[in-house]
Amino acid sequence: MAAINLNVNGKNQSVDVDPKTPMLWVLREHLNLVGTKYGCGIAQCGACTIHVDGVAVRSCQLPVSVMENKSITTIEGLTENGDHPVQKAWLEHDVPQCGYCQTGQIMTAAALLSTTPNPTDEEIETAMNGNICRCGTYLRIKAAVKTAATANS
Amino acid sequence: MTLVKTTIDRRSFLKVSALAGGGMMLSFSWLAGCKPTPEEALAMPKEWFELNSYIKIGENGLVTLMSPNPEFGSNVKTSMPMILAEELDVDWKNVVVEQADFYPERFDRQFTGGSQGIRQGWKPLRTVGATARQMLIGAAAQTWNVPASEITTEASMLHHKASGKKAGYGEMASLAAGQAVPKEVSLKEIADFKVIGNSKKNVDGKNIATGKPMFGMDYTQEGMLIAMIAHPPFGMRVKSVDDTEARSMPGIKDVFIIKTLQDDYERAGFDTTTFTELAVVVGNTTWEVMNAKKALKIEFEKISDSTFVMNGWGGKQTVKVPGGLESTEGHKSRMAEMAKKSGNVLRKDGDPAAAFKKAAKVLERTYNAPFLAHNTMEPVNCFAYVTADKAELYGPTQAPDFVRNTVAARLGLPKESVHIKLPRMGGGFGLRAYGHHMVEAAVISQKLNAPIKMVYTREDDMTYGIYRPTYTATYRAALDENNNLIAFHVRGGGVPEHPIHANRFPAGAVDNYLAEGWALESNITIGAFRAPRSNFNAAAEQSFLDELAELAGKDPIDFRLELLERAKNNPVGERNDYDADRYAGVLKLVREKSNWNETQPNVHRGVSAYFCHNTYVAEVLDLSMQNNKPVFEKVYAAVDCGIVINPDAAKNMGEGGIVDGIGNAMFGELTFVDGVPEKIISISTA
Repeated sequence: MAAINLNVNGKNQSVDVDPKTPMLWVLREHLNLVGTKYGCGIAQCGACTIHVDGVAVRSCQLPVSVMENKSITTIEGLTENGDHPVQKAWLEHDVPQCGYCQTGQIMTAAALLSTTPNPTDEEIETAMNGNICRCGTYLRIKAAVKTAATANS
Repeated sequence: MTLVKTTIDRRSFLKVSALAGGGMMLSFSWLAGCKPTPEEALAMPKEWFELNSYIKIGENGLVTLMSPNPEFGSNVKTSMPMILAEELDVDWKNVVVEQADFYPERFDRQFTGGSQGIRQGWKPLRTVGATARQMLIGAAAQTWNVPASEITTEASMLHHKASGKKAGYGEMASLAAGQAVPKEVSLKEIADFKVIGNSKKNVDGKNIATGKPMFGMDYTQEGMLIAMIAHPPFGMRVKSVDDTEARSMPGIKDVFIIKTLQDDYERAGFDTTTFTELAVVVGNTTWEVMNAKKALKIEFEKISDSTFVMNGWGGKQTVKVPGGLESTEGHKSRMAEMAKKSGNVLRKDGDPAAAFKKAAKVLERTYNAPFLAHNTMEPVNCFAYVTADKAELYGPTQAPDFVRNTVAARLGLPKESVHIKLPRMGGGFGLRAYGHHMVEAAVISQKLNAPIKMVYTREDDMTYGIYRPTYTATYRAALDENNNLIAFHVRGGGVPEHPIHANRFPAGAVDNYLAEGWALESNITIGAFRAPRSNFNAAAEQSFLDELAELAGKDPIDFRLELLERAKNNPVGERNDYDADRYAGVLKLVREKSNWNETQPNVHRGVSAYFCHNTYVAEVLDLSMQNNKPVFEKVYAAVDCGIVINPDAAKNMGEGGIVDGIGNAMFGELTFVDGVPEKIISISTA
């Protein structure tokens, strides 16, 4: 166990955990931020995607010990009122079916648009490729990313 | 207008007050962190008036509609309340939807599966909505002293045209709640629908997009421990567990073995048959328990042949579970052997053998399909808190009514003492009809006398069984010299069930028809998976019909339409499970919408059509080959599922189904070596 200082969603917080604990479980069980999901635990499904210094990463393979002095954003901190252009586009296209993977999808899409405001189809496919949706909502995910990109420009 | 008796679902009219003290669970408080947003809080009424189990109206006109069925992504939580809203004649803007608990004293058929949620809920929900509307009219008639027959409703308003009087539902809610439940109510004409057939957004859309807790996996409470299971490969059982290292690890509370079902327990419904003994690790946090689970040294031993009694859909029977470590290679060779022999005759029309003998051309093709895992995005999990006199469960389930019986029997509690709350499910696809996880969680909690959340790792989830079975089917067809189909023969089998629906198309369209089925026993367990059996038959049979059309020199759509015309005008046999007109209807529609006769260079075009689970679907798919790999350019789908409640959500389902079909066909294969699913081996060691 070790005390680790984190900056999550703009707030400084300290957790006392095994330094090897993946960020996913620190968020879910120590900070009660459960919007970041456990899907596979081996960085293959994308349900646990968060932003670290603005970059989309898989939190299930990220030891908490390397997270000090970094700016961590989860779905709960993406916006205060759920009105990020990606979130709005998600509602407009009514993307989710079961909904479990969608926070990870939204976090990946938001990171893409922050560096590539007007992505091509291929750029969207490449960026979103690691986020699995078992309900198969991929068509709407792509359409929503395009809508969010238009709203951005 | 249709008059219906309200007694058909009297449970729906029970009110909370009538049940006070009768096992009410309202004090059982969940997800307390889920507070209403500021805009919701402002709109919240000071007082609610309950008109029946499904409908509460606030004095300010806000309406709460209870969604009875568990939601796994098929939109029932939006669509079922839309049916209530239609007959209540309420403005959708004034509606909030709440997920009902499993509460059979108040709600009908809280089961999500078999593609029957909307179909079975249709009449009861309409009746419930119309009844509440009638009670509001009764209240207005009493207040205004006018005949009820002169009062009309529209979008949450009551009107009396002659006197010009009007009132909002909220103003009449208090008086309406005290009205006698009418014995008979009239339902709207379909042409008058305003809510049904107009797309509404998913009522949980914003909560999903902002990551609010709503899944079983998200649940927590004070003092809750985390539990994980370890199970053997198929064909083995846990012999012993060396937990020395695991017990010494941080945060670990206990390690033990549980028996999930007693040996003499008579299984029924969705009871599973996979593993009745599991090793369990319990600790403070998921990460700690996950690590301790890896440190367990478990010795397995082979099981020998055994039997259990299943009081299932087909009556009571003894099911044999063979011993042995099964592999895909073994399945394939045993299936190939079986496929050479006759199976059980499921249907026979005319004289197929004679027809094949005199055929001008015969086509034979065999299609195989592997085991598939559901792989829901949310791994299996369940919260349980079992005390001396009751059990509280919260976990993803499609079939709470069934699992309640199993849990009650296993814990030795009356079933009324088993309370189940229904979280949103992170996918289901049939898997979550099987309630083994709820039994396991309950047994663990009972042993510890503590609240626990049991969580499967992804590997546990994928290796537990309840798979789509592996199937094979050999089709033979005979054409005469004029390329007419004169005989059709299908012989299908699988492990451990065959896939054949003998009375489906093209049965009824061919004079000489034979369907046979066979099955091999297995200790690998299977379960419902997105239209069980049909998900294989549709692809196999339609691929075959396509090749047959080619052999006959006919357009594949015309060929099918010819057969359907025959089935309509002069059907063979009487048990044909389809409506030839509706079948032909989707084929004609997809032909038109896809501009079927237009071809593009290097794009291959194919068609298929299938009917199952009350829905007719025809699809045209455009495929190209790039770098020797198939690329799916476009799919056109025509769907006839009857009245559509929420069109955009139905479209979403269709899109997802097509994507899932392609995905599983290309990548889903699950193979086994010595009772262990192979893909998992590679994932675990990655």
